[in-house]
Amino acid sequence: MPPALSLHNLRKTYRSGVEALKGIDLDVAEGEFCALLGPNGAGKSTAIGIVASLVRKTGGEVHVFGHDLDRDPGGVKACIGLVPQEFNFNQFEPVAEIVVNQAGYYGVPRREAWVRAEAVLRQLDLWDRRTVMARTLSGGMKRRLMIARALVHRPRLLILDEPTAGVDIEIRRAMWDFLRETNRQGTTIILTTHYLEEAERLCRQVAIINHGEIVENASIGALLEKLHTESFVLDLREPLRYVPALPGYELRRLDETTLEVVVPRGRTVSGLFDGLARCGIEVSSLRNKQNRLEQFFIDMVDRGRQAQGGAQ
Amino acid sequence: MSRWRLSAHAFRTILTKEILRFSRIWLQTVLPPMVTTALYFVIFGRLIGSRLGEMDGHPYIDFIVPGLILMSVISNSYANVVSSFYNAKFQRHVEELLISPVPNAVILGGYVAGGVVRGLVVGTAVTVVASFFTDFAVHSYAVTVAVFLLTSMLFATAGFVNAVFANSFDDISVIPTFVLTPLTYLGGVFYSVSLLPEVWQRVSFANPVLYMINAFRYGLLGVTDIDLGLAFGLIVAFIVALGGFALWLLDRGIGLKS
Ligand SMILES: Nc1ncnc2c1ncn2[C@@H]1O[C@H](COP(=O)(O)OP(=O)(O)OP(=O)(O)O)[C@@H](O)[C@H]1O
Ligand SMILES: [Mg+2]
Repeated sequence: MPPALSLHNLRKTYRSGVEALKGIDLDVAEGEFCALLGPNGAGKSTAIGIVASLVRKTGGEVHVFGHDLDRDPGGVKACIGLVPQEFNFNQFEPVAEIVVNQAGYYGVPRREAWVRAEAVLRQLDLWDRRTVMARTLSGGMKRRLMIARALVHRPRLLILDEPTAGVDIEIRRAMWDFLRETNRQGTTIILTTHYLEEAERLCRQVAIINHGEIVENASIGALLEKLHTESFVLDLREPLRYVPALPGYELRRLDETTLEVVVPRGRTVSGLFDGLARCGIEVSSLRNKQNRLEQFFIDMVDRGRQAQGGAQ
Repeated sequence: MSRWRLSAHAFRTILTKEILRFSRIWLQTVLPPMVTTALYFVIFGRLIGSRLGEMDGHPYIDFIVPGLILMSVISNSYANVVSSFYNAKFQRHVEELLISPVPNAVILGGYVAGGVVRGLVVGTAVTVVASFFTDFAVHSYAVTVAVFLLTSMLFATAGFVNAVFANSFDDISVIPTFVLTPLTYLGGVFYSVSLLPEVWQRVSFANPVLYMINAFRYGLLGVTDIDLGLAFGLIVAFIVALGGFALWLLDRGIGLKS
């Protein structure tokens, strides 16, 4: 079975001279839920644009479910649903018509298109708004409209470029459930996001792109395995009189009753608690300093920056 | 899905969308040409025309009817496509089409058909306005309809090409103002070229719009300054050339993809 998406040595140099992609390779298997992560300007949207036929590549190959983008662009396009980073619907068109028309562009007959549009708009809680101009929707509704539009032709591969940017927590969670369910029903999903918690919760595969190169591509489990340290914040029962020295752990006082602890791999949290108990320090609560994927990501980007600095 | 079925549904979708678009804004799209034409009839037809006598054997007001109808068809077919497609570029919803498997010929065909329908609606409205001012019979329905359809297709396609190249809202008014309007006014809407001195007659024959207006006038009144076969040949040649160019632009993604 061919992968849902296969990029080989994909390159893009914009006319301005910016080399946005420096030959990336990426395979995403059918049924996968893959996060494409990377700092601003890394090249995520460029890669997505090429796959969706919005940006012309300057080199390399793209295959979607075995269809070659160069030889069979129609076959590639028919498989993909795209939720772009920026709003790109007609602001002066009614919500339902935007979705119905999109179905028409994929050859869905008009009557059937209305049936499908109703289904996706209901799922995304937009059916009440079907007759209003898209312009009058709130930001979060506009994002959901783009998701509805991307799904109306039932694509096998759904690509979402920052779908939850500017979406409130409640709706974001509803969107997560929706995407998880869509994926469970067999749609392969690729998603970019700057909320790493989102990637950690939803995705099984993570590819990280930086300066136009794939710097990491693994399952989320394998990636977190590589995490060298984990940081916790501890709230203490009593004000701290001194910072105890616990061999193997790095402790830092944040304020009177808060302690930050870095636990290296090979050390355990229970070991930490034993040590603290011996010093008479009682811990009332504990939380991760940052999401674990976030920690990995920051380390990686820092390493990238140092490597670049060294090269210059 | 077969390519044909996909193309048929996609074409219908684009055309429906285009018709809905200009119908929603009929105050800006359908009404103004009716008002302008009524003014032309009042001023040139009634007030001035009554003193002018006949032209090519017809009362002046009847003589200008075909030109005024075709002028509104030309400018509306053009305007519909250029503003709709430029807007699609500007608001980026052209991407809805670019990511979908609609063949480029269907994208072009859909937009051009939208322009033709707008030309038909406005042309009919203007004809109705004209019928309040004068009675005229149709000399040849076949020629009238054929010239109308082909001219409208030609200018709709030209509007599409203009939109592909346009990078600002100013760019979509330059051609209508500096090319289309002079060509139509000098194309014999208000006069018969036989009135012009020899030299200017010859210059006028280099203006393609002259052939369209005269062919259309033949359809309605049965009089013309030019050869009909030549007129049809010219219009078709322009459609083929501009259509081919527009498809080439779409295939290369010029003005649409980075
Ligand atoms: N149309 C364009 N013309 C010229 N350069 C561009 C164009 N689009 C993007 N770039 C450049 O290409 C590089 C990659 O941009 P891209 O939009 O792919 O990044 P991204 O990873 O999606 O970033 P973000 O997280 O901010 O969305 C950037 O340096 C950007 O300035
Ligand atoms: Mg981006």
